Amino acid sequence: MARIGSIAQVCKSKNAGPFHFTIDVVFEDAAMFRDVKATGVINAELFAKLYKVDLDQVQFTIYDAAMAFKATVPRKIPAGDFGDTDVYGAQQHAPLLDIDIPINALA
Amino acid sequence: MAEVRLLSTTAILGYGFPAESLTRGMARRPDLIGADAGSVDPGPYYLGSGKGFTSPRAVKRDLQLMLRAASDHGVPVVISTAGGAGGQPHLEATAAIAREIAAEDKLGFKMALIGSEQDKELLATRAEAGQTKPLAGLPPLTRRTIEASTRIVGLMGPEPYRAALDAGAQVIIAGRSTDPAPWAAAVLRGGLGHAEAWYAGKMLECGAEPALPKKEDCLFVTVGDGYVECEPTNPIRRCTPLSVANFALHENSSPIRHIEPGGILDTSACRFDAVSDRAVRISGMRWEPAERLTIKLEGVELAGFRSITICATRDPVLIANIEPYLAKVREVVADKSAAFGIAPEAYRLIIRSYGLNGVMGDLEPLANTPAHELCFVVEAVCETQEQAAAVIGMARLTMLHSDFAGRLCKEGNMAIPFSPSDIDVGPMYRFNVFHTVEAMSPTELFPITYETV
Repeated sequence: MARIGSIAQVCKSKNAGPFHFTIDVVFEDAAMFRDVKATGVINAELFAKLYKVDLDQVQFTIYDAAMAFKATVPRKIPAGDFGDTDVYGAQQHAPLLDIDIPINALA
Repeated sequence: MAEVRLLSTTAILGYGFPAESLTRGMARRPDLIGADAGSVDPGPYYLGSGKGFTSPRAVKRDLQLMLRAASDHGVPVVISTAGGAGGQPHLEATAAIAREIAAEDKLGFKMALIGSEQDKELLATRAEAGQTKPLAGLPPLTRRTIEASTRIVGLMGPEPYRAALDAGAQVIIAGRSTDPAPWAAAVLRGGLGHAEAWYAGKMLECGAEPALPKKEDCLFVTVGDGYVECEPTNPIRRCTPLSVANFALHENSSPIRHIEPGGILDTSACRFDAVSDRAVRISGMRWEPAERLTIKLEGVELAGFRSITICATRDPVLIANIEPYLAKVREVVADKSAAFGIAPEAYRLIIRSYGLNGVMGDLEPLANTPAHELCFVVEAVCETQEQAAAVIGMARLTMLHSDFAGRLCKEGNMAIPFSPSDIDVGPMYRFNVFHTVEAMSPTELFPITYETV
């Protein structure tokens, strides 16, 4: 098993407009990306669970050209509205860091 | 076949860039230089208040270098989404800086100002005619919502820029735009296709962001038939196939389908090939024209006035009992505020506990991690600033001086970092318009005025 936080080169979040967060997990090693993708652990269901939204509200893309997984989810509170904690949406990636991927990550 | 060469100086006008990077870029004879000045990312305040997102001093520094370089080389300069939000006050403030620079440096140019602030009556008429659509799950646009808005802007595509360039504008300062728009305009004007034009714009919208190592800097893009080639002008940075491909993820809901006014840029079949160890050629982009021209709208409304106070505890007894303590603070504030005439329903109070799920809130997976200190940002929002200040004053006092079980720190529970300890933040805005409106033409909603500076 390997934590996403210890095998990905990028794990980040950002606004995609005022009403959505977009979260990216990016790999620099082609073999690692291929192995992670093959496990199927990073999928729309994972984001729905971590960000507490319905599955049909998750826009999920595997972007091979950038060796990246991307998900866009609605914000519970629009950017800058009362009660928002993260106007830029730049610190919403943390729940992904501890997700375990069932691969051998000795490399 | 024609080639169009474009130089973007920085991620946001006022973020800065090395002067030497601009010089190197100008040596490659760009057809147009520019910088995007805005984003919806900093939230609703800038559009609502009409204030700039970057300081006038920082904007002047960047714009001065760009206007001097452009004047020396006879190249047009484009600033998009002026002032951060692209409203009329933002446009005027940026134009005033350009005039000031021209006077100081004895520069002369034809300047175009492209407005993006929308006429409320026109929008209301279109909304009532069923020509607007909500985005992101918002309710349909109504006359009432439009009239309640402080300011609404439309996001222009390339056509208004193209019109201004055709009219001979040497400096263009524009309101809210889709970020790639000015660049796409220059590429389309050069006779190349929409797919290349929009992809080039995507690459240029944030300066050297598609390069490594990341820092505010200049990016040079060459566009030809079927390809876009990117290279940072600073020799310490480089574009790699991965760094460029990665940029397709930036602030988009999808890396492969980018919705723009007039169509969709499809990047699912893009190839990224290194042409040197610092430059990358992208090909395979496609453009799907939309059946109907729609313009995206962004609008904000006043949500009240905000006051805040910041305080922190290092007391382990209090930290161990923090939830009941904060509940008690809320009760005391409600009672005492009601006593001076502000009922609980007349204010909104949030106590943000940093160190205890302050960033992630309900989404925090590590909800019970022990802390040895906690920081609280307490905010009150009311209809008036005076009311908000009264509530926050009471909240600060109550945070500092309430009793709790086992209390040893009997002179005060909070470390307060500032005097004054209460801060009036001013008006608070919220996004209330995020819709599309049908437009008769791509230039219809974006009036252009020209002046000789």
